[in-house]
Amino acid sequence: MDLAGLTVKAAHELLKSRQVTSRELTEAVLRRIESVDDKTKAYVTVTSDIALRQADAADKRIASGDAAPLTGIPIAIKDNMCTRGVLTTCSSRILYNYKPVYDATVVERLAAVNAVMVGKTNLDEFAMGSSTENSGFFASRNPWDTEKAPGGSSGGSASAVAADECLAALGSDTGGSIRQPASFCGVTGMKPTYGRVSRYGLVAFASSLDQIGPITKDVTDTALLLNVISGKDPRDSTSLDVPVPDYTKSLAPDVKGIKIGVPKELFGMGTAPEVASAVWDAVKLLAGLGAEWKETSTPSVEYGLPVYYIIAPSEASSNLARYDGVRYGLRSKDSPDPITMLMKTREEGFGAEVKQRIMIGTYALSAGYYDAYYLKAQKVRTLLRRDIERAFEEFDVLVTPTSPTVAFGLGERVDDPLAMKLSDVCTIPANLAGIPAISVPCGFHNGLPIGLQIMAPGLGEEIALRVAYAFEQNTDYHKQKPNL
Amino acid sequence: MQEYEPIIGMEVHAELLTESKMFCGCTAEFGGEPNTRCCPVCLGLPGSLPVINVKAVQYVVKAALALNCSITPNSIFHRKNYFYPDLPKGYQISQYGDTPIGQHGWVQITVNGATKKIAIRRVHLEEDTGKLLHVEGDRSHIDYNRGGVPLMEIVTQNPPPPGLDQIQSAEEAKEYLVRLRAILTYIGVNDGKLEEGSLRCEPNISLRPVGQIEFGVKTELKNLNSFRAVLRGIEYELERQEKVLLKGGKIVHETRRWDDVRGATASMRSKEFEQEYRYFPEPDLTPLRFDAQWVEEQRKALPELPDQRKRRFIEELGIPEYDAEILTDSRPMAEFFEEAVKLSADAKSVSNWMMGDLLRLLNATGTEMEQSKLTPSHLTEMLNLIGKGTISGKIAKTVFEEMFGTGRRASEIVEKLGLTQITDESELIPIINQVLDENPRIVQDVLGGKDKSLAFLVGQTMRYTKGRANPPLVNRLLRERLESRR
Ligand SMILES: [Zn+2]
Repeated sequence: MDLAGLTVKAAHELLKSRQVTSRELTEAVLRRIESVDDKTKAYVTVTSDIALRQADAADKRIASGDAAPLTGIPIAIKDNMCTRGVLTTCSSRILYNYKPVYDATVVERLAAVNAVMVGKTNLDEFAMGSSTENSGFFASRNPWDTEKAPGGSSGGSASAVAADECLAALGSDTGGSIRQPASFCGVTGMKPTYGRVSRYGLVAFASSLDQIGPITKDVTDTALLLNVISGKDPRDSTSLDVPVPDYTKSLAPDVKGIKIGVPKELFGMGTAPEVASAVWDAVKLLAGLGAEWKETSTPSVEYGLPVYYIIAPSEASSNLARYDGVRYGLRSKDSPDPITMLMKTREEGFGAEVKQRIMIGTYALSAGYYDAYYLKAQKVRTLLRRDIERAFEEFDVLVTPTSPTVAFGLGERVDDPLAMKLSDVCTIPANLAGIPAISVPCGFHNGLPIGLQIMAPGLGEEIALRVAYAFEQNTDYHKQKPNL
Repeated sequence: MQEYEPIIGMEVHAELLTESKMFCGCTAEFGGEPNTRCCPVCLGLPGSLPVINVKAVQYVVKAALALNCSITPNSIFHRKNYFYPDLPKGYQISQYGDTPIGQHGWVQITVNGATKKIAIRRVHLEEDTGKLLHVEGDRSHIDYNRGGVPLMEIVTQNPPPPGLDQIQSAEEAKEYLVRLRAILTYIGVNDGKLEEGSLRCEPNISLRPVGQIEFGVKTELKNLNSFRAVLRGIEYELERQEKVLLKGGKIVHETRRWDDVRGATASMRSKEFEQEYRYFPEPDLTPLRFDAQWVEEQRKALPELPDQRKRRFIEELGIPEYDAEILTDSRPMAEFFEEAVKLSADAKSVSNWMMGDLLRLLNATGTEMEQSKLTPSHLTEMLNLIGKGTISGKIAKTVFEEMFGTGRRASEIVEKLGLTQITDESELIPIINQVLDENPRIVQDVLGGKDKSLAFLVGQTMRYTKGRANPPLVNRLLRERLESRR
């Protein structure tokens, strides 16, 4: 049996019925990493020893008759989430040697159910990018075509899930960083409502937009992970104090009477015809299942990209100020004084994209420009949020392409930053509005996956999951596997 | 010659007496081995997030109310961005702009009989930084124990709104700080220790030609670690600026450091170029929303404040205004006074002893009231001994000094040092006879009508009895003995 290729749900059934052990499952995943990670470059760190130790502990728990849905399941963690004693680099040279003294809340929650951590996955440095080519170490690759980008910034996590180098993974999403790579790699990825999942221990990129979420092989697995990682955390003031439902209860393949809005603005701006037609096919399929759909207009989403590229860099310029070489991480050598040391460390430690965003953010927050940029962007963000809320007065979900195109070639957009950033045009509004959004595979073009995005109102994870599940259960795109 | 008038702004930082730090659970207590009182949050480790210390917020609300401020219903935190090794996140969480916790208040001061209401612009909450310890050679060390300790900032408003005043002399600045410190220590949010830096004051000082509306260029003073330093520092700076201006020179916008030993200020750094702090709302925290009813509860729960106490001392206990002001400047002082009055009921003599000998001894020994060994019952017991005639007022001064120094009771001291007043005539008569024998000429003078010379004879008697003789008795006996020699 191909253990590494299992979904979380399927593996859980086998573990629970004692047909396989977590050790066997974990060893299969580690062997898979061994054999394909040269091609995908999904991992920054593989934590084999920890994984096997955790697998044995999980087996003990399962033997005692207590098998939670994630117990013994090999999971990958994006390398911007703190793991105690394990390198957490954010794929940045400035944190090349950084081992946190504490676990992120999500890592703690996974450990509490005895999930198994197989490793830390690659990302665009500090999650800034859409292709994982901005990693300070190496670019990750798309398992469907290793000359293509896996998307980003959670490209390592998406690639690892698609290539069966783990059963599921955690990613983080600031402007589409879970959904766009999930779309590129033909897997399922969800950004929950802002505040649904604790950010404690997630190395901050843009605090008001960042959110951790699952990347999985199907919608059921997303619900299973979400069940574990969601909920109020007293250590994160922005986490929501709202009870967590059992998300697997939303998994009914029934969309009768569900109202789907299709925002026409998000089909403009460079949407490839094959992507548009796959998404329209998906809408029609859902309509065939009893959903109602209508084209709608949320004009302000067109400003999502510029607003995002002011707010995110502004917050980032401040969040990344702590990397000064004083307490941890890289420290530039032979500086005559602390201030020179700080400047040299940052010059040597950060990559070009990060530096550019820090500079943009620093500029946007400067006294003479604050009102014209940051404040104005916040105002437009409020308008955009209202526009989207208004749409949800009429519709249960909004459906768009996840990305305007399928995966682009490695290096193809490195010199075209605008085209690179345009690949996030459909995903950014959900971050700005703080609403949940899920991406599921909805077709292929030239052998590369296409993603369907389903957005729901704040704390409407359940309706998004239900629509995604109904679509998935009536298609088999999610069952396709790349040939590696 | 051109005349100038001073304008003084006061920026005061007060460390709050909370148990834990502003955004984490670490202890906020002063001291500790370097870097033992920190955690991922106050060290700003990647991924850590701040959580507001509700107690600190409550303390600032109390302070703001006691300073007659209005409470901002929707108060938010900001990030103040700048790089420095003692600032682990590369920004300080502070409050900027028009949403500090408290706004538009005032503090009442009285200087040379004139009363002023000094306008306060804002009272806000922020976190303290770590401490950079420069070590010899090419190394610097940092202690983050202090990093993240809650800090309250109180800023005056210049020019003041109608009906309120601004500080215009060093004396007023000092008095403002004295009253501010009294208020903060009364409500128990700060320990008022200027010397230890838990209460820090940074005045900004400028001169403008009399009649001009615009302010002159200001300098900011640092390192004022005592009330005396505040007074001297500002006076020095005002004189320095005036000299520069009278010579046709220009004041440089800068920070100057007061040197207490040299008694002078020296330039620390220029402020010609405004530092760019790139303030923006802290996205990791949600706004503080104050419920009007909760604010009212806080207001009602405030203890009696220095000004209220001062009025009560004047009106109910008949204490002169000046004395009442001094007695209420610190909570321990006022409490000592009240306790003593309760025990003895003679407010005036309690006040006299406190204003005189007690203050003198506190100042001379550099002791804080709360550290003093003297207790209210010590003082009232001594007052009783005076009242009963056991000791004279003069001897009492010695007894008081001894009580202050040792913490022993008055009766014990009197007995041990043999200070009891001599009221026994048979004990005094031989001494008086001796004095009269030794001074035949003075005796003749007095008998001849020079009554003033009697004082000399009294003095001599007191000398022989080491001050223990009861003065009225000495007077009477001297007169009787003199008559018998006529
Ligand atoms: Zn701490």
